[in-house]
Amino acid sequence: MDRVAIIGASMTQFGKREAWVRGLLAQAGRECLADADVAPDDVEHLYVSNMASGEFEGQTGVPNALAHDLGALPAYTQRVDQTSASGGAGIYAAWQSVASGASEMTLLVGGEKMTHRSTAEATDVIASLTHPVEYKHGVTLPSFAGLTARRYLHEYDAPRESLAKVAVKNHKNGLDNPHAQFRKEVDLETVMDSPIVADPLRLYDFCPITDGSAALLFCPESVAEDHVPEDEYTVVAGIGGATDTHVVHERDDPTVMGGAVESSEQAYEMADRSPDDVDVAELHDMFTILEFLQSEAVGFFEQGEGWKAVEEGVTDRDGDLPINTSGGLKSKGHPLGASGIAQAYELHQQLLGNAGPRQVEAEVGLACNVGGFGNCVTTTILEDA
Amino acid sequence: MPKMTLNAYRCQNGHLTYPEHELCPECGEAQDETVDLAEEIGEVVTWTTSTATPPGVRQPNTLAIVEFSADGESVRAIGQVVEGEEVEIGDEVRPVYAEELRDPDAGIREKESQEWDGYRFEPA
Repeated sequence: MDRVAIIGASMTQFGKREAWVRGLLAQAGRECLADADVAPDDVEHLYVSNMASGEFEGQTGVPNALAHDLGALPAYTQRVDQTSASGGAGIYAAWQSVASGASEMTLLVGGEKMTHRSTAEATDVIASLTHPVEYKHGVTLPSFAGLTARRYLHEYDAPRESLAKVAVKNHKNGLDNPHAQFRKEVDLETVMDSPIVADPLRLYDFCPITDGSAALLFCPESVAEDHVPEDEYTVVAGIGGATDTHVVHERDDPTVMGGAVESSEQAYEMADRSPDDVDVAELHDMFTILEFLQSEAVGFFEQGEGWKAVEEGVTDRDGDLPINTSGGLKSKGHPLGASGIAQAYELHQQLLGNAGPRQVEAEVGLACNVGGFGNCVTTTILEDA
Repeated sequence: MPKMTLNAYRCQNGHLTYPEHELCPECGEAQDETVDLAEEIGEVVTWTTSTATPPGVRQPNTLAIVEFSADGESVRAIGQVVEGEEVEIGDEVRPVYAEELRDPDAGIREKESQEWDGYRFEPA
């Protein structure tokens, strides 16, 4: 089978931006096409990953707007919303469009504009994904993180400091990422002394609210070299997607992220790879506890052991399995629809040797993008060509 | 005031869920029986106190996931903890009815689309 290649990638500065959603998407889309030197009117399918432009900004219909703004008419367009996993779901849609033969050139752009809203309002927009029995109690995504972190620490005798070490590690990695929202090292004491947000989690256990956009350009591998040299593209070796319960308390074991288990098994099978083959990973660390849960769910570590890997430095940039070399959502920021695509952007740069001071040795990379509190998950495995 | 209930739902194969689903998530059968948990004692599985709450939600907001058992089948519910009370994992709690858990006019969710009353938990 002809594999699906990624021949272009871009991401905008993440953080507090003046541009609104159309401007953010247009910037990433333009820079991605330029990265591969592909003309806008060569784009056959255009997918836009975005959770809530209508709710945040009152702008709907963004795929059509972007196609017009980029000069990509009359490309087929579609919006992909899978809440925080919209980016990963967009990669799935883009992969399908090329793998099925429906498109020979697919542009995927993800983005979100959020920082004009107060933290309380942005939290409410995101919490609107919850079930009515959750929403009426004021349950938010951060509160799910607090509930799950307490259970995890209780069940596996993990020290509270191990969660803080995820924040310290990812902030350190973000220092070398020019696109990151926070380029600031934090020490263990700062994290442990920061204000409680969802007990036992503190301010530095959470990613910030962010504006930003990221993009990828896909085509069949058989024609990739018509556009870029052989050593300047990567391939989607495996991809999988799965859902878990909508109502979070209905999961048998709250410390197991079922959607990450299922989607990673699908991705490994397609790529004919196992967790041992992965050299570098981007995990969805919207909250520090999520890095543990995913590192176990995708099979890097046994259940209840993910925290030890962080303690032992295994997941440091110079460790055996670097996790979140980009700085993760934690320091890079989390513009909902862009995050899954920015994960793949980091892997693409790592596999091509373009990651500058963040560079690690890698031929196989895995990204896990999580929507809700694990409600919907995609796992993508990228390899160098 | 009519009698309030905290209903869990059971299918013919005995699977119990809270809340209700269109079909049993376990086996796809209809859920045709209810089990009222309002008078039952449950056990705290985990809890958190959220200090950054959305519009219309009390701040701080302590929440707990509580496990009940009914005829050998266990079922969980999430809910607020009664103001001023503290709970720990393993504590026994009982449901306490509240007419309005958050201000239905303040948040993004359409007021008419769902109910806003329900049960908080307090130490038993």
